Amino acid sequence: MIELEGLTKRYGDKVAVDDLTFAVRPGIVTGFLGPNGAGKSTTMRMMLGLDRPTAGDVRIDGEHYDRLKDPLKYIGALLDAKAMHGGRSAFNHLLFLAQSNGIPKSRVSEVLDTVGLTSVAKKKAKGFSLGMGQRLGIAGALLGDPRILMFDEPVNGLDPEGIHWIRNLMKSLAGQGRTVFVSSHLMSEMALTADHLVVIGQGRLLADTSMADFIQQNSRSYVRIRTPHRERLLDVLHEAGVTVVESGSGALEVDGGEAERIGELAAQHQIVLHELSPQQASLEEAFMQLTAESVEYHAHSDGPSPVAPATPRQPWGDDWKRS
Amino acid sequence: MSTPQPPMPQAAGAEWQSVPGSPYPSYTSPIPVTPTHLGNAIASEWTKIRSVRSTMWTLGVFVLLVVGIGMLVAVLVAANSGESDLAGENPLSFGVFGLLLGSMCIITLGVLTTASEYGTGMIRTTMTACPTRGRVLAAKAIVFFLVAFTVTFASVLLVALADMALLDGARTPSGSEWLKGTLGISLYIALLGLLSLIIGSIIRHSAGAITIMIGLVLAPLVIALFMFSEALEGLRQALFDYSIPNQLSVFYTNALSDSGPSGWEPLWIAVGVTAAAFAGAVTLLQKRDV
Repeated sequence: MIELEGLTKRYGDKVAVDDLTFAVRPGIVTGFLGPNGAGKSTTMRMMLGLDRPTAGDVRIDGEHYDRLKDPLKYIGALLDAKAMHGGRSAFNHLLFLAQSNGIPKSRVSEVLDTVGLTSVAKKKAKGFSLGMGQRLGIAGALLGDPRILMFDEPVNGLDPEGIHWIRNLMKSLAGQGRTVFVSSHLMSEMALTADHLVVIGQGRLLADTSMADFIQQNSRSYVRIRTPHRERLLDVLHEAGVTVVESGSGALEVDGGEAERIGELAAQHQIVLHELSPQQASLEEAFMQLTAESVEYHAHSDGPSPVAPATPRQPWGDDWKRS
Repeated sequence: MSTPQPPMPQAAGAEWQSVPGSPYPSYTSPIPVTPTHLGNAIASEWTKIRSVRSTMWTLGVFVLLVVGIGMLVAVLVAANSGESDLAGENPLSFGVFGLLLGSMCIITLGVLTTASEYGTGMIRTTMTACPTRGRVLAAKAIVFFLVAFTVTFASVLLVALADMALLDGARTPSGSEWLKGTLGISLYIALLGLLSLIIGSIIRHSAGAITIMIGLVLAPLVIALFMFSEALEGLRQALFDYSIPNQLSVFYTNALSDSGPSGWEPLWIAVGVTAAAFAGAVTLLQKRDV
């Protein structure tokens, strides 16, 4: 269990993390989501006692990190896959970590086996691909068999097989009753792994909710309709009390899952339909909208401004953006 | 998984909330929990220093310079001096040339021991594994000092024995001269390396810290060479006396110069400076973000 209370970090005038309060609970995978530069890594560094908070507090099972007597058996963390000496072998990298916490040497071979690096254990880390580096970092996190695991962008640089592997690993770790805290800037990735979501943008907490709730709140389902008798259909639907939105591409959209009713109405009035399809907005879209105002680094292209919703549709996200 | 356990039912996540007795129910590892101590950190740092090639390279070049140049000087002096030329000379003193050059290697290794971890970002892993930051620096200092001292002492002793054998004309050094010329100078060189390690921890940048340390060794002497003005005579003399090359030579001479350090004084100066720098580095380490 990790508890943050009013955690704040300022670098001069710039606020990197702004009054964060939330708890990461055991037994589930908690996704830590935010665009690049939102303060995810800074928050994680403060959790690990690497950066001193400007204000607020963060506790690991009720203790400050630097008061932990055997930190690696409490928390395993993967911060940066490149954070290792290129000239040192994978085995020696893990060995010095194990020694620093009095972990038996036999664990080194065990975790190397877990992450599938046994065959390159004696090879120098500089020859490792990014994916192998990630695996070595994860091996380091697992070394102390800790009850809390923290991964900063663990799927970066992994191939699809590796991504699949780490998803299952995180789920099984959480299934054993451990606390698993994973940061990512990819909503689609989190949707597949996380049970709980903490979303931040520009250092501020935007959402702290279960994945199921997030999906329910944010995945708008609607029906897309195409018809050559546009005006007639609009009249019919209006009379029936159905709210219709015109989407940019000339199609009509109706919120909710009323495809059957619309089909029946159209049949009654003998209106030809070219398309009648239930649609689901993606979570990625929901995430983009949630964090749209807090994205720090915008790419300035000739496309639509990312501050405005990227979709030309009606800003349906307005209702939940206030959360 | 290394510790295969049947996955808990999906409800596991909600379970903890309903248990009022234990606020942090969680996974319990089969690995025994033992509080960590300085010994763990020292074992860890020893693995680090011996498992990278830069250690072998810097120490290898150091031994080559100290022993190689030491022998070469002894052979050249022995071949080119008459019977009386060496009379009254301390034969051990011919080791100083190799040591002066070799000290650059010890400085480099000292800086790399701390600063290279900042370059790669590995310092975060280190500090996560051992959140007591002072302990990390202390462990690095102890391991490095012992390694540097051992290697220096062995090399210096070898050169001293060769000097004794080759330089027939020179006098036999006294016991205290032996002690100063081998043990004393080795401690001094190891302390110089330790100071570099501390500067590396403060500067957090390998090239920067090495430049500072080489400047510290050479600059006072070079500056003193170019101070022609009469008015600066006092400063010039002080710069010369306290320059590190001159302090090195103090370990080989019995003659008390009119000014400047003599006897074992250079060692005490080095101990004082290094201790102060260490205290400063620990304070900074506690205060700064990693």
